[in-house]
Amino acid sequence: MKTTPLHSGAKSVSDDSAESVSGIAKTNARISRYMVSPSVLLLLVWMVVPLSMTIYFSLIRYNLLYPDDNGFVGLENYEYFLTDEGFGAGMSNTLLLVGAVLLITIVLGVLISVLVNQRFWGQGVVRVLLISPFFIMPTVSALIWKNLLLHPVSGVFAAIWTFFGAQPVDWFSEYPMLAIIIIVSWAWLPFAILLLMTAMQSLDQEQQEAARLDGAGPWALFYHLTLPHLARPIAVVVMIETIFLLSIFAEIFTTTGGGPGYETTNLAFLIYSQALLQFDVGMASAGGLIAVVLANVAAFFLVRLVGKSLTDKN
Amino acid sequence: MADLTITNLRKSYGDVEILKGINLAIKDHEFVVFVGPSGCGKSTLLRSIAGLEEVTSGEIFLDGKEITELAPAKRDLAMVFQSYALYPHMTVRKNMSFALELAGDSKDVINTKVTEAARILELEPLLERKPKDLSGGQRQRVAIGRSIVRNPKVFLFDEPLSNLDAALRIQMRLELARLHHDLNATMIYVTHDQVEAMTLADKVVVLSQGQIEQVGSPMELYHHPVNQFVAGFLGMPKMSFLPGKVVGSDADGVDVELMAGPGVRVPVTSEGVSIGQKVTLGVRPEHIRVTAADESDFHGILDIAEHLGSDTFCYVKTDTKETLTVRTPGDFSGAYGDRIGLSLDLQHCHLFDEQGMAIAKLNRAPEPA
Ligand SMILES: Nc1ncnc2c1ncn2[C@@H]1O[C@H](COP(=O)(O)OP(=O)(O)OP(=O)(O)O)[C@@H](O)[C@H]1O
Ligand SMILES: [Mg+2]
Repeated sequence: MKTTPLHSGAKSVSDDSAESVSGIAKTNARISRYMVSPSVLLLLVWMVVPLSMTIYFSLIRYNLLYPDDNGFVGLENYEYFLTDEGFGAGMSNTLLLVGAVLLITIVLGVLISVLVNQRFWGQGVVRVLLISPFFIMPTVSALIWKNLLLHPVSGVFAAIWTFFGAQPVDWFSEYPMLAIIIIVSWAWLPFAILLLMTAMQSLDQEQQEAARLDGAGPWALFYHLTLPHLARPIAVVVMIETIFLLSIFAEIFTTTGGGPGYETTNLAFLIYSQALLQFDVGMASAGGLIAVVLANVAAFFLVRLVGKSLTDKN
Repeated sequence: MADLTITNLRKSYGDVEILKGINLAIKDHEFVVFVGPSGCGKSTLLRSIAGLEEVTSGEIFLDGKEITELAPAKRDLAMVFQSYALYPHMTVRKNMSFALELAGDSKDVINTKVTEAARILELEPLLERKPKDLSGGQRQRVAIGRSIVRNPKVFLFDEPLSNLDAALRIQMRLELARLHHDLNATMIYVTHDQVEAMTLADKVVVLSQGQIEQVGSPMELYHHPVNQFVAGFLGMPKMSFLPGKVVGSDADGVDVELMAGPGVRVPVTSEGVSIGQKVTLGVRPEHIRVTAADESDFHGILDIAEHLGSDTFCYVKTDTKETLTVRTPGDFSGAYGDRIGLSLDLQHCHLFDEQGMAIAKLNRAPEPA
């Protein structure tokens, strides 16, 4: 029903109330700004202090073995870090690790979440089991992999190899990078499954039925409906996993220690070895800053690449 | 050709039987509408025909060929869903050509068919858009276009218009009627909307609790409902029911004394009717007239009057507290609480026995050509 104000007074009344409503909103905004300011400040300090200290350390000579020799050296630390023989290996290992784990977790994640979306007996238990590796600490899972699964003498894999009459593989000396990739993929697959499985549940049932009537088989359904539907969650998985995979450390530290040689040394591990194995804090700081820059470059391209599909509505 | 025959179709979910033995024959080019209260199994029946539900027992034949166990895509049927179910990542063109591409048709054939369907449905300017950039009515047309290109033997619609606003619904209703005429196709249509059922259907199937109550043309159902359920279900507003008792009968009709007061003589067959039997008189709003209180021996108190402009629907309480709905002209001017007289058009009244079954009328209304 439509009502018209009988006299002009009615209009000004509603104007007043509108104004006071926006006034309240403004006060609210001010109050909430005060309320969040402590945490914002804390975060700022938390970030700015270590960052400026790192920048400062990276510009001086700072070796724990020679604590008194603290002269300003300019960009020398950066130069040494970039020309260090470990740097090239660290870069390529980082990229290899990130790329391989992304590929494995997404391909397997999509397949598993599509399969698990089918109705079957024990579905709930299977889902929980699929997610559970995510709750295990990286050091623990790496140790389990190292000592119980991949160990050339007492490992489960070795037992399987022996059972089939093959020579057990010493994973960490023969295929160290592959071993790390397997361990990290195992730890991150649940994350991909979790996100993709949730997305599968919002797949429209009637669309699937319409496609079945249109003559689509399981493969066509997957390719034309499921995969486009999963594009967005896949983008999310890629973004988040990349951020965390760039700084993988615990798995390397507990298993191969970056070796043999530089074969499993990624940037994070390289920085660690500079600072705490060679006690050169200055150079480690320079490396850290370089890693930050690299991560930002990667993030920039990622956002360009996947961000579009995120903001693009449906 | 597209004759669809369903014999003794049953469908259960666990212990609950949803379809309890459906028998139905649908002829070529017929427009069949399924109506019934919510949850009576209309969608289930339609989906069983489409092959999206496995039936528990019974057979479905299309042109004499059994299709009960056939995969949905092989049945030569197309379905339009209530939610349209367009593929969100594909353009309108791709949505329509999807089935043809899967079937392996050549580019030229696909192009011709899609263009033709787009022309019929006036979708040409929208072909390169994604579904999210379309209005509800346009989406609906794409969904219909998607089924047209396949040139199926039977079209299935599950409440295709229920997500549209009233004006658009009327427009799409007319378009569907036109489409049925142009394509000369067999269509099965599920709806809640009485007007859609009455205007579109060649044949209406009234379902209740998984069973067919009556099958017939809209006019047949309107004039000769077989039972009280069908009589009450079809017609807007609903038919009113007055309980009464048979006091006499002869070859010209049955005399009934209504609880609400007067005795009436209803022109129905006296066969199987016994004196003293309890019966229910059914009378539609359009077959009651309001008169001055002293001009009739049947009285009521005017409750609410709904003015629609063209008509006024009055709700009248009889002396025994039954509610009657009466259709009066748009300029009706009764007031709440008025005592009014009522005059029934007994030629058009229906009489139901204790089981709710209709007692056959003596004069059948002529079928419209
Ligand atoms: N998957 C299912 N499992 C169990 N019961 C179901 C299932 N699908 C439908 N039903 C039941 O079957 C009955 C008929 O459902 P159906 O969808 O055919 O009703 P309908 O006539 O289309 O109703 P509406 O007019 O509301 O769309 C309902 O009682 C519903 O609860
Ligand atoms: Mg339904």
